[in-house]
Amino acid sequence: MTDVLMPALSPTMEEGTLAKWHIKAGDQVRSGDVIAEIETDKATMEVEAVDEGTVEAILVPEGSEGVKVNTPIARLAGEDGAAKATASGGPGATETDTVSGQPFQKEPSGDEEKKGPSEAQAERPEGEGPAAVRPAAEALKDPELPEGVNLVKTTVRDALRDAMAEEMRRDPDVFLMGEEVAQYQGAYKVSRDLLQEFGEQRVIDTPITEYGFAGLGVGAAMTGLKPIVEFMTFNFAMQAIDHIINSAAKTLYMSGGQLRTSVVFRGPNGAAARVAAQHSQDYAAWYGHVPGLKVIAPYDAADAKGLLKAAIRDPNPVVFLEHEMLYGQEFDVPEGVDWVLPIGKAKVRREGTGVTIVAYSRMVGLALKAAEELAQEGIEAEVVDLRTIRPMDYATVIESVKKTNRLVTVEEGWGPMGVGAEIAAKVTEEAFDYLDAPPARVCQEDVPLPYAANLEALSLPSVEKIVKAAKAVSYK
Amino acid sequence: MARKQTGMFGQRKAASADQPTPGVGKDELLKYYRDMLLIRRFEERAGQLYGMGLIGGFCHLYIGQEAVAVGVQAVKEQGDQVITGYRDHGHMLACGMDPREVMAELTGRIGGSSKGKGGSMHMFSMEADFYGGHGIVGAQVSLGTGLALANKYRKNGKVSFTYFGDGAANQGQVYESFNMAELWQLPVVYIIENNQYAMGTSIERSSAETRLHMRGASFRIPGEEVDGMDVLAVKAAAAKAAEHARSGNGPYILEMKTYRYRGHSMSDPAKYRTREEVDEVRKTRDPIDLVEEMLEQHGYADEGALKAIDAEVKRIVADSAEFARTSPEPDPSELYTDVYTEARA
Repeated sequence: MTDVLMPALSPTMEEGTLAKWHIKAGDQVRSGDVIAEIETDKATMEVEAVDEGTVEAILVPEGSEGVKVNTPIARLAGEDGAAKATASGGPGATETDTVSGQPFQKEPSGDEEKKGPSEAQAERPEGEGPAAVRPAAEALKDPELPEGVNLVKTTVRDALRDAMAEEMRRDPDVFLMGEEVAQYQGAYKVSRDLLQEFGEQRVIDTPITEYGFAGLGVGAAMTGLKPIVEFMTFNFAMQAIDHIINSAAKTLYMSGGQLRTSVVFRGPNGAAARVAAQHSQDYAAWYGHVPGLKVIAPYDAADAKGLLKAAIRDPNPVVFLEHEMLYGQEFDVPEGVDWVLPIGKAKVRREGTGVTIVAYSRMVGLALKAAEELAQEGIEAEVVDLRTIRPMDYATVIESVKKTNRLVTVEEGWGPMGVGAEIAAKVTEEAFDYLDAPPARVCQEDVPLPYAANLEALSLPSVEKIVKAAKAVSYK
Repeated sequence: MARKQTGMFGQRKAASADQPTPGVGKDELLKYYRDMLLIRRFEERAGQLYGMGLIGGFCHLYIGQEAVAVGVQAVKEQGDQVITGYRDHGHMLACGMDPREVMAELTGRIGGSSKGKGGSMHMFSMEADFYGGHGIVGAQVSLGTGLALANKYRKNGKVSFTYFGDGAANQGQVYESFNMAELWQLPVVYIIENNQYAMGTSIERSSAETRLHMRGASFRIPGEEVDGMDVLAVKAAAAKAAEHARSGNGPYILEMKTYRYRGHSMSDPAKYRTREEVDEVRKTRDPIDLVEEMLEQHGYADEGALKAIDAEVKRIVADSAEFARTSPEPDPSELYTDVYTEARA
């Protein structure tokens, strides 16, 4: 014997009208037969039989209104096999038990259900997620340089190229794809000579189809390959952001840990010179918002190399934000060592006790210049280079603020909901008592980036703006 | 990646649909009958559990389209990948995933294939070569083409079977993918499950060119229309397409003319089509009935065998529903797992 229950047409339906019966007592019913029609104020739907058998009784007559979901509306007498299945704890018994034993789960009022996650969150003090989510940044350290290692002046451009070349030599599963990466040698020459060394199988020129080739990259990564997907600039990656977030960042979680996508999305980010609004945007906050992604934004050549190598080796999807204005700048890079840096570790670029300036990517250079000017006015600034946006090294920032009691954040992106906003919130949460002034944010002005040279300069962060903010939080 | 050197393209007329089915064996037909029936009974049960509140959110049933996944699976070799959109339960069962873990994922339990964290639209199984289960319409087409890129990169002789619907066929990234697949001669078979309705919009109301197998023409990808209600026609077409892709000739498009009996999702009132239209398909083109007829035509009809299959399927589905109902919800600690992963040693 099997009860046919009043079904829910939608997660919010609680009751409905049993508009019509298509069966009567004594009828034979097969799976899939339409047996009734039910109505709500939103829709009419047909009810199909799931179980087979003879209709023993109609329990709720046609035309009944306000029939609660899960009420038995008819009863089937099982047929040979079916009856046996029911008797042995099959569908019939199961369903009836379920209905009586468990509240209807989909109602929004199901407080009990909601409790699970929130309780779990409450059990976890802030900052104490699993290591993979919030790595103990204190435990991460840059590798020691071997004694006598040669430091070679290298552009950021070549450091990035060297990182890719070294990793491609090391691991045949690593390959590069993107627009103009092969024959043209890279739109910004970052992939110079890679085609010559690795061939067209591993250095792949794509058509101008960001959404498509980002998807191809993630698909290839699902099989265990380790693609480096270059975007000519991150502005164009907006066309591909669905694959970066929905296909790459979330898949490990959605698959219960089965399917990993080890893929690096890289390219220049932020404002170049005079290319105006559509080609000048900082995406650190956008990607930094997304669990499942790691987001890196290095400043100098050694970090660019060490962190790109780490990104390529990382089993998670990584967004690697470069800066066109840094590509040609030279910095010391250690020669002849396998230079891999920890993801998630900030670097104190300049020590000081007067004010903490937190910056990343090209803004680090501005912050260091501002610190020099501030020193002349008697303010010793500590400059923290975040290097990684996610997972963020809050500990290094907070440790610095505990020393300086003042915080200025610098980012090339817009302020609202930005990286500086996040840092200010975190510092306020965890080091409120140490602050002697409200945190200050230096950001791009809250407008699309203008083309006119004077307006562009006014819109972007500058050394002058950083100095001004640092003095303001120092009440000087 | 090397651009293709030779072309051998153009539209091809369906060859399989009108042909007799020589050489089909009893066991083979019974297997298709069993696999399709399992999908149907499973989906009916899923619909019921949804109605009882045990399954939440979106739930897109595959009822009516069973011959497509089962027919394609018949030519899939070990290591060939399968990827599809969110109407994915049938493909997972056809791939051989355990009905228990599929049903328990639907109910959001720890015994589900994604530990309850993915749900109806997001399931994966590396053992079954099943790469999801994707909730964004059309995304699986780029991803599936990427699986094919990996096959070419590894020179492993495998084929990516990439499914999408008539709705997804209008997404831009499908054509970005077609272009790269043909340009680089990637081993992918695109299977368009044309069930005539993209949610509530009929293909005539959404598509300037409704012959979806022609959609590869401007990329020089061959395509053909297939009776997606006939498992043998599906299998024959899939075999040809897979052979084409596997032997280095690039992608192939199969437009499976099929039909879903149920609404787009569980909360679909189905006002965009008539009951008569649905009944007509069920009566005249049902893929499971068709296999039953074939069994009779070939003189393979064996009531005992069919009854045994019916009973087995019923038992499997009842067992999966029971498992899905009794498997516990994931432990709260699962909230924080699988966001990031560590490198393999």
